[in-house]
Amino acid sequence: MAVDAAQLTSLQPVPATAADRRLPGDLAVWVFILAELLVFGVFFLSYAFTRAHHVAEFNSEQLTLNRAAGAWNTVLLLTASYCVYRAVAAARAGARSRIDLWLLAALACGAGFVVVKLGEYAAKLAAGISLSTSTFYMFYLSLTFFHFMHVLLGIVVLGVLWLRARAGAYGPANLNGLESGASYWHMVDLVWIVLFPLVYLLR
Amino acid sequence: MQFKSQAAAKPYFVAAIGLFVGQILFGLIMGLQYVVGDFLFPAIPFNVARMVHTNLLIVWLLFGFMGGAYYLVPEESETELYSPKLARAMFWVFLVAGALTILSYLAMPYARLAELSGNNIVQTMGREFLEQPLPTKAGIVVVALAFLFNITMTVLRGRKTAISSILLLGLWGLAIFFLFSFYNPSNLVLDKYYWWWVVHLWVEGVWELILGALLAFVLIKVTGVDREVIEKWLYVIITLTLITGIVGTGHHYYWIGTPEYWQWWGSVFSALEPIPFFAMTVFAFNMVNRRRREHPNRAATLWALGTGVMSFLGAGIWGFLHTLAPVNYYTHGTQITAAHGHMAFYGAYVMVVLTIISYAMPILRGRPCNSPRAQVVEMWSFWLMTISMVFITLFLTAAGILQVWLQRVSDTPLPFMVVQEKIGLFYWMREWTGVVFLVGLVVYVASFFIKGDERPA
Repeated sequence: MAVDAAQLTSLQPVPATAADRRLPGDLAVWVFILAELLVFGVFFLSYAFTRAHHVAEFNSEQLTLNRAAGAWNTVLLLTASYCVYRAVAAARAGARSRIDLWLLAALACGAGFVVVKLGEYAAKLAAGISLSTSTFYMFYLSLTFFHFMHVLLGIVVLGVLWLRARAGAYGPANLNGLESGASYWHMVDLVWIVLFPLVYLLR
Repeated sequence: MQFKSQAAAKPYFVAAIGLFVGQILFGLIMGLQYVVGDFLFPAIPFNVARMVHTNLLIVWLLFGFMGGAYYLVPEESETELYSPKLARAMFWVFLVAGALTILSYLAMPYARLAELSGNNIVQTMGREFLEQPLPTKAGIVVVALAFLFNITMTVLRGRKTAISSILLLGLWGLAIFFLFSFYNPSNLVLDKYYWWWVVHLWVEGVWELILGALLAFVLIKVTGVDREVIEKWLYVIITLTLITGIVGTGHHYYWIGTPEYWQWWGSVFSALEPIPFFAMTVFAFNMVNRRRREHPNRAATLWALGTGVMSFLGAGIWGFLHTLAPVNYYTHGTQITAAHGHMAFYGAYVMVVLTIISYAMPILRGRPCNSPRAQVVEMWSFWLMTISMVFITLFLTAAGILQVWLQRVSDTPLPFMVVQEKIGLFYWMREWTGVVFLVGLVVYVASFFIKGDERPA
């Protein structure tokens, strides 16, 4: 299929130039993101150290987790991150009409994550699993739930960005809000990319 | 003073300082009772002295917060206070109710007061820090509601700023969480569980918002740095506070009969509670370094910087010292806690109230700042009180480490009272440092009476 060259370039995301060494988004948001990463980091380390003392228990209980759901959620979050990236790229290129569409797609993926996760929680709840069931489940529920809360907040952030994008708030000269929200979403994604293998897969 | 009604703050500040003196006197009485057990017995038993020491602290800080709000909100909102009359009336209600409460504690036996005040209708006595007879507690709610109404109406009527919004959020939170002090379940676990919703969510939650707002306000005034910059910092600080502080409540749930996962949640989240305090320190110094004007009130700037440093040390570092569950397993309820409590309350809340008083009081008295001589005396009181508080904290920490070792860690653990006698030396040193603190406080009060040319030389 022949593609018009102009059409092709318009589809190309516009990367930040190498000379463009500024921080994407607001410094305040980055302080916030680093604090969040620190909380998760401490939690991940706690998990790793505790697991080292209870390898057999952790390995056997890990098998009861729904890996397929986890994999689907990984796909959904990565796709959402890609959409957010395209929204920022569209804003950088001044393609205003496409910003809100990409954000809407990201929102849909985020909502998909929430649905899959709720299904997973419902199954665990029905099996009578709680925070006090075992150390492994304490970690599984705590880690995934704290992350889940961040996905919800991320969806709220994307929702606000979407509304503002529809109002035409973002363009090459006005990226701060969009980049800040996008950075936050990528953080949520990044945490999951560590969390999923750590809790669901690593044996 | 930009708005006439800001004058409503003045009696609140005066009362706050008066009660501060009372708090320190009772602190010294109680400190002496640690080593001379029957000092002033039976007139002032230890439990009453302790209750008065801690409750006066809370009450005078509340006076300070209210005064701070009455001063700050009209200026931020760029409008007169909704009702200066209501503010004045509530001041007297609060003061008289507070005085009557303390007098009744000192005048009659505890059980008799409980009986007279209707403790059998709704139990409000017998809970550390939240100990008030029923009429006092109800009175606090009335005063708080009237105060919030007054402040909220003022904010709604005028300019909305980040500082006034965050202050308002903190003050509403303060009132809402206080309601849990009326809930007193007979199950001891539940009792303690919700008790912390007041105590912890106050000092490691909503009070930090009030602290941040007051500090930001004074920093804008004394440094002249752009409001935008200061507000951005404020947002970051309160977000960090809420992320770490709310679930950080878990560090009180380790050994009270709550599920084990609190040991993880409490440890992880509260381990990060020093971060917002560190941010506050960086914030204060950063803003002062970027100042665009030399404000003549140097004492206020000193208090603001002191708040940044001492709140980080007291709340951040000394809190972290015993916040991890495996450490707290040994240190729970020892003098380590007392060390942290002293420096955290002084560094965060006492100092921020003294900061706003230091900035606002000269203006309320009709001059931009005090005379250089008065400021020098005030700065002397800053160093006397701050350094003696550092030593009080160090001595209590030493006492705490010894106590943990002798009573809980060693191969031949000793009984509580035996250990208390062995660490008596540290209690004596704490008491004498406390006397230095009182001297600092007297110097502080004296600085208000020093006249002189207000223009800096």
